[in-house]
Amino acid sequence: MSSDAFKDAETLVEMRDIHMEGRSDEEWHPIIKGVDLTLRKGEVLGLIGESGAGKSTLGLASMGFCRDGVRISKGSVIFDGIDLLAASAEEKRQLLGKRIAYVAQSAAASFNPAHRLIDQHTEAPISHGVLSKEDSEADGMELYRKLRLPNPDEIGFRYPHQVSGGQLQRAMTAMAMACRPDLIIFDEPTTALDVTTQIEVLASIREIVEEFNTAAIYITHDLAVVAQMADTIKVLLKGDEVEEAETREMLSNPKQDYTKSLWAVREFQRPQKPAVQTGTTPVIAVQNVTAAYGKVDVLHDVSFDIHQGRTVAVVGESGSGKSTTARCITGLLPPRLGQISLAGTALPLDYRKRDREQLKKIQMIYQMADTALNPRKTVGEIIGRPVEFYTGLTGAAKRKRVEELMDQIELPASQFIDRLPSEMSGGQKQRVGIARSLAAEPEFIICDEVTSALDQLVAEGILRLLADLQDKLNLSYMFITHDLATVKSIADEVVVMKDGNVVEAGPKTEMFTPPHHPYTDLLLSSVPEMDPDWLTNLLQERGVDNIGDAAVGKMT
Amino acid sequence: MSGIMTFIIALIVIAFAGWVFRFVGQKATNNAPTFRDMPFAVAFGYALGVAALIWAVWTYVQAQFILPEAEANKYFFFVVAIHGLLLAGAAAYVFRLLGRIVGTAGSRKLFRQMPLTAAFGVLVILVYAFMAIFAGALAPHGQEEVFAQANVVPGGNPALGGNPDFPLGTDQIGRDILSRLIYGARNTVGIAFVTTLIAFVVGGGLGFLAATLRGWVDQVLSRAVDVLMAIPALIFALLLITVAKAWVDGTGLTIAMILIMALIDSTRVFRLARAVGMNIVVMDYIEAAKLRGEKLSYIVFREILPNATAPLLAEFGLRFCFVFLTISSLSFLGVGIQPPLADWGTMVKDMSSFINYAAFAPQVSAAPLLAAGAIALLTVAVNFVVDWMLHRSSGLKD
Repeated sequence: MSSDAFKDAETLVEMRDIHMEGRSDEEWHPIIKGVDLTLRKGEVLGLIGESGAGKSTLGLASMGFCRDGVRISKGSVIFDGIDLLAASAEEKRQLLGKRIAYVAQSAAASFNPAHRLIDQHTEAPISHGVLSKEDSEADGMELYRKLRLPNPDEIGFRYPHQVSGGQLQRAMTAMAMACRPDLIIFDEPTTALDVTTQIEVLASIREIVEEFNTAAIYITHDLAVVAQMADTIKVLLKGDEVEEAETREMLSNPKQDYTKSLWAVREFQRPQKPAVQTGTTPVIAVQNVTAAYGKVDVLHDVSFDIHQGRTVAVVGESGSGKSTTARCITGLLPPRLGQISLAGTALPLDYRKRDREQLKKIQMIYQMADTALNPRKTVGEIIGRPVEFYTGLTGAAKRKRVEELMDQIELPASQFIDRLPSEMSGGQKQRVGIARSLAAEPEFIICDEVTSALDQLVAEGILRLLADLQDKLNLSYMFITHDLATVKSIADEVVVMKDGNVVEAGPKTEMFTPPHHPYTDLLLSSVPEMDPDWLTNLLQERGVDNIGDAAVGKMT
Repeated sequence: MSGIMTFIIALIVIAFAGWVFRFVGQKATNNAPTFRDMPFAVAFGYALGVAALIWAVWTYVQAQFILPEAEANKYFFFVVAIHGLLLAGAAAYVFRLLGRIVGTAGSRKLFRQMPLTAAFGVLVILVYAFMAIFAGALAPHGQEEVFAQANVVPGGNPALGGNPDFPLGTDQIGRDILSRLIYGARNTVGIAFVTTLIAFVVGGGLGFLAATLRGWVDQVLSRAVDVLMAIPALIFALLLITVAKAWVDGTGLTIAMILIMALIDSTRVFRLARAVGMNIVVMDYIEAAKLRGEKLSYIVFREILPNATAPLLAEFGLRFCFVFLTISSLSFLGVGIQPPLADWGTMVKDMSSFINYAAFAPQVSAAPLLAAGAIALLTVAVNFVVDWMLHRSSGLKD
C-alpha cells in the first residue's frame, strides 16, 4: 500500500495551480489559493483540513464542477487527457457518473426518497448505455453482496427510509461503483455515522476500491480515518496546501507545524480525579429510571451518580438512550418510574413543576450550536437573558456580568458582544452556548455531544475550556458522547449504554483496561487509531463478520 | 386553414433561425462555452423572442404612424401597453439609479442588489401610498362631487368627446374619474391594509400559540380553521356580509366587512404561522428557553417571532393582494365598500357596460378599465416586491 507502487502508474487527474473564488456580499473571495494535485490510477488521496479549508470545494473541482456562487478563476484540471475546464457540457456529461463518481456526506439526504435504491442505482449505467437494466440490477446486487449489505438480493427494492444510515452509505458507494468509474470522490462519507457503523463502511469502501483499482479522493477531517484509507495525504489550511506526503511518512514525520498540531490533538488528557468518598451525596443521582416515548420503554432501570466536580461520560451509539437520559434529568421527558435527585432531594419529574432555583442548577450545552442559539439575537442578548432572568441584574450590572462571562469563555466582549451567531465560527458559537449555561450559575451541566460537530483542533480548545471551568467553578458534567477519544481526555467516570440499559459503569482507568463487557470492548476496538495498519490488523484479528454492527447483532 | 399553415411555417422559420443563430455564434466566438453548450431549445427561445419583438415593433410603428386612425384604433390598447411598459421601465430604472446614489450605505447596497422588477414594485407602492395619504390635496375634485357633464370620455380630447377639465373623464352620473381613482387608493388600499393587518395579528398569534402549546389547543384551533377553510371564501364572505346587513349599514357595514374578511383570511395566515412555528419550536434554543422557565409570551414574541418574520412578510404581501382583490370583487358585486366612498371595484362595476365599446371606440371603453388597471398595477407591483424578498430570504445566488 505504499505510494511507491503508484509511481509508475498512469496519471489520472492532474490539477495545476487551482485558484477558486466564492461570491458573497457582491465580491469574490478566494477559497483555494493555488493548489496542485496529482492522482494516479488506483491511488487513494486523503484530503484533510478543518472546515472552511476548501477540501470539498477542491474535491468537486477535480470533477470540473463548482457549486453555486463559486468559480475556478485560474488553473487547469486534466482528467485522463481531457481538460475538464474547457470541455463542453456534452463531454462532461459523458464523464460524470460514468468515469467520475461522487459519494456525498449524507447519504440520507442524497438519495431521492421517492425511488427505490436499485432504480437509483441503475439510472447511471442505463443512461450512459453501459449496461442494460437487467444486467445493472444483477450487478447492483453483486455489489451489495461485496459491500456486505444484509439481504443483497432484496435490499435494493427498498426505499431509502427503510434502511439504516450505514447501509445507505454503502448503497451509495455501490451506486458510485455502478459504472466502474476511474475516480470516486468520497466527501466525508462516515462523518455522520456511529463508530461501530463507521468501521464497517470503511472496511467495505477500502475493499471495493482495491478490488476494482479505482482511484479515489477521500475528504475528511478525521485523521485516524484518513490514515486507514489513503495512500497519500494532502493537508489543506484555509485554501493553501500545507504539505503532501505518503501516509506513513506523513504520520510518522510531519514537517509543518500545522500538521504537527493536528497530530497532537489527540494527546490532550486530564488526570483522573481521585474516587469520591463513599457516603458523599451526589450532585445528581439518577435512580432506577425507566422512561417511555408513548408506550414503548426506551430506558430500562437506569441508575448512576454524578458527584461534585466530576465528569461522567455517557457513551453508546445512537439510539442507546444517552440523550433520553439527559431529557429525563432536565425534566423534558418525565420518567415513568424512578426519580432524579439534586443534592439529595428528589426533583419534580416534569420541568414545568420545578422552581426557578432548581431549573437554574441544571443547565445544558447542545451539540449543534447553530440550532442552540437564536439566530436573530446578538451574543450579548443570548448571554444576558439568563443573567437577567435568574439574578435580576439589569443595565450596567448585567452588561458587566455578561462581559465577565465572555471573559471566561475567552471571547473578547468588545469584539463579539454585538455579533449575531451567523457571524461567528462553530467553535465560537459553542463557546457562547457554554457562556449561556454558565450565566445561570449552575452546579451541573449536561454536555450533549458538544464537540462532535467541530473540527479536532477547535474541539480540543472547547474541551480544555470545559476542564478549566470545572476546576474554577467546581462544576459537575454529564458528558454525552460517542467519541471515545473525548472520553479518554476529559472523563473521570464512564457509563456505557446500549439499548436503554447501562451495560457497564466505573472509573475511566478501569474502563480502558481489560477485561470489558463485550459491548464496551466492541466500542473501544471500533475507534480508529492513527496507525495506518490498524484496520488491516483488526480485520485480520477479528474477521469481517466480527466488527461493527454485525458483531452487535451477534451479541444479543 | 391558411392560418394554421402560416403558424406552422412561422414555427419552422423560427426554428431554422435559432439553429443558424447558434451555429453562427459557435463559429464567430470560436466555440465559447455559452454557444457551445447551448441546447437547441434555448436557441429556439432566443429566435422566438426576437421574432415576437420584431412583430411588436412593426405593429407599433404601423399603428402609430402609418395606418389611418380608424384602423389604428384596433391597436389602441396595444400602443397604450407599449407606452406603459417603456414608461414603467424607465421610471423604475431612474428610481433605482437614484436609490444607488442617494441614501445611507445600507440603503444604497439594497438598491444595488435590487432587480428592476423589484425597483418598479417599490416605486409603484410608494406612489400609491403617497396618493392614499395625500388624496385630499392631490385630487382636483371631491370624490362625491357631481358635475353636469356625465360620461365624458377619458383623454381630454374634445374631438373624441373628452373635456380638458376632466382628463380621465367623468362617470355615468358626472363624477370626476381621476379624483375618484385617487380617493379609491385611500379607501380600497387602506381598507385592504387594515384587513390584512388584523388577519395577521389574529392568525399569526393563534398559529404560533398552536405550534408552541400543541396538544388540544392545537387540535381545537386547527380543526376550527379546517372548517372555515372548507367553505369557499367569496361565498362565505357574501353570506356573512348579508347576515351583517340585518344589523348595520353604511360605515358600520364597512367595518363588518373588514372584520369578516380578516377572519376568513386569518385562517390562511394561521396555517402558515403554525407550519413555520413548528419548525422553529423544535430548535434547541426554544428548549433552552423552556428549561430556563420562560413564560409563553416570551417564547412566542421574543424567540419565535423574530425568526418567522421573513416568510410572514412575504405572505403579508401576497395576502394583501388577495384581500385587496376580494374587496374589489365584493364591491363589484355591490356588498363591499358603500357609496358615496370611491372604490375601484365599484367603479369597474358601475361602468362595466362601456367595455363593449372596446372594438370601435377604445377611448370610451377605457373608463372602467382605468380602475381595473389601478388594481392590476398594485397587484403586480406587490408581487414583484414579494418575489424579490422571497428570493433574498431563500439565499439563492442567481
